[in-house]
Amino acid sequence: MAEINNKPIRYLLQAINYSVFMGLIWYFATAPSVQLLAEDEAVITIAFAHAGEIREPCRKLSSEELAKLAPNMRKPEACPRERSAVTIETLLDGMPLYSASLPPAGLFGDGGVDVYYSKKIPAGEHQLTLKMNDSVRIKGFNHRLEQQIKIEPAQILLVDFDPRHGFMIREGLN
Amino acid sequence: MLVNPVKRAYLALESWFNISFGTEWNPLYHLGTLSFFLFWVILVSGIYLFIPFHGSLAGAHASVEYITHDQWYAAGIMRSLHRYASDAVIITVLLHMFKEIASGRYRGFRWFSWVTGIPNLWMIVTIGITGYWLVWDQLAQYIAIGSARLMDALPIFSGAMTRNFVSGEMTDRFFILIEFLHLLGQPMLLVFMLWLHVKRLSNVDINPPRGLAMGTFIALLALSLIKPAISHAPANLSTMPQVLNIDWFYLNIYPLLEYWPEANIWILTTGLTFLLMMLPWLIPKKDGPIAVVDLDHCNGCGICFDDCPFDAITVQARTDGARFDQEVIVNPELCGACGICAGSCPASNPFRTSGGVLKTGIDMPQLPVDEMRTLTRETIAAMDGDIKILVFGCEHGLNVKRLDSDDTRSVRLICSGMLPPTLVEYALKQGADGVMVTGCRQNDCYFRFGNRWIKNRFEGKRKPILRGRANRNRIRLHGAAETDQKEIEKDLSDFRTQLTRLNQAAESASDGTG
Repeated sequence: MAEINNKPIRYLLQAINYSVFMGLIWYFATAPSVQLLAEDEAVITIAFAHAGEIREPCRKLSSEELAKLAPNMRKPEACPRERSAVTIETLLDGMPLYSASLPPAGLFGDGGVDVYYSKKIPAGEHQLTLKMNDSVRIKGFNHRLEQQIKIEPAQILLVDFDPRHGFMIREGLN
Repeated sequence: MLVNPVKRAYLALESWFNISFGTEWNPLYHLGTLSFFLFWVILVSGIYLFIPFHGSLAGAHASVEYITHDQWYAAGIMRSLHRYASDAVIITVLLHMFKEIASGRYRGFRWFSWVTGIPNLWMIVTIGITGYWLVWDQLAQYIAIGSARLMDALPIFSGAMTRNFVSGEMTDRFFILIEFLHLLGQPMLLVFMLWLHVKRLSNVDINPPRGLAMGTFIALLALSLIKPAISHAPANLSTMPQVLNIDWFYLNIYPLLEYWPEANIWILTTGLTFLLMMLPWLIPKKDGPIAVVDLDHCNGCGICFDDCPFDAITVQARTDGARFDQEVIVNPELCGACGICAGSCPASNPFRTSGGVLKTGIDMPQLPVDEMRTLTRETIAAMDGDIKILVFGCEHGLNVKRLDSDDTRSVRLICSGMLPPTLVEYALKQGADGVMVTGCRQNDCYFRFGNRWIKNRFEGKRKPILRGRANRNRIRLHGAAETDQKEIEKDLSDFRTQLTRLNQAAESASDGTG
């Protein structure tokens, strides 16, 4: 079809085209909206960085072993760098919530572990159980926390960990 | 063929825009320049917004609220223009991609422009994401955590980034890093990528027609006044927003995080990007033989250099000791084998060697100018109707063989731009009553400039021009796509009537004088 030479009609058609263009922007710039949480839902987030214990303790080198080393490398003790994996197990109201065994980072397995887990849970009161093992030299879990929590709708409850204080539950951050 | 319905859909949209905007303002012919214009709107509004914006965690949201509400009449409108022009860019870029796919302009010699173009879409999206981050409202919090989760899924971050947004330890340093990325780092990279994207093109235009730019700006301004851009509530890392109004042009990946692991989203996005980038090789197209320079007939005038749409021709100092200063060479990597250079060479004149072989300065091995002349002569000689109409058409518009009839015959060229204007004169001298030249729809040439150059040559605006002695009433230009047969047949019928009248008038004049 040939183009229209009648200017008013042409501008009117252009206005319709621009309206469709802007209509698309109008709508998709803000809609459809995304429902992240239901009215009665909250979020529990487990997030911390932690390095597992060294897998093997330092040991004294024998005189034969020292003799094999270059003179400038003769340290009396050998300390392996490799760390233990961090095993975590979490229960909410007695039901498994999150469990993982996270290997240490790094080419030599000597780095820390970054834990991040987030899940929607019903708001209200819950029994939260946290267990963690960070040493291959200890059987079972060497860090534990069992606590009754109360979480409001839309609230993010954060589980943190610090080697000195163990597990910490932070219910409000700001 | 898979591409046919896609091309048909594109041509229908193009037709509609040609009706309402005309071929000069058709937005589909200016998607690249329109995107550049929108970047200017984004840049100017962004610079204005930078003045009252406070680049800190504590001050960002409050300053954006000031921009939006207290100074709605200036900064507020600028904010809306900034946002809506950014959204519009996504539409123009997606349409640009759709157009190139539909018309097959992504493969063969065009692979470089295609491959360097795809990452630009991601560049634009990531600039938009960091822009939304700077508002530091609930939406910013949502995309900050989502982005960090995506980053942490990569082996280089391994979980460290997301904790910034949950442990309450986020600092201004991180925020300022995002600000730096949005204001300088990402735009600079985009400018570089855009330069790379158009590197293999010549005569690159970055400004759309004024009317189209004005219309677009007025539309954006109207939308900004009717629906000003607003923020969500301030970010609060101890709560999660229940409902968010997200910008689907930029943030469409994030809702997927609710359903898919981060790794799957990376696989989807990188896989789709890789698939798109590989399209030129997945649906390959073999280009024709490239242009060949014949220095014995080239005086180094450089008209082919000016006309080449793909920057494939270079002018250099003479190497053959001839009396001319310069010569041209063809870069085989860049040549699109369109033949526009053969049409622009002044030596492609069919009257030069009426008896022998016509040699020209730059020619196409698959359809030399000499063969074009022979085809023209033989096609006219084969017609025996009262009226003889010769149609020159290109390979990418309507198939001109479909127009053949008793009084109409066609010659197919690679591109209408490869037609030397003197060949039209030659056709009329050889007994054609009229010559119609068709190619792609006007202003949308498969080889960028073919139909524009031929129009300019016929109008005397571009060398080599159609000489004044050629009877313009017997020459007609009509751009036509594959779906435009009815329109061109109607125009051909009008042309036939006009030629009949001209012939009758000529006969009367001849009888009168005789």
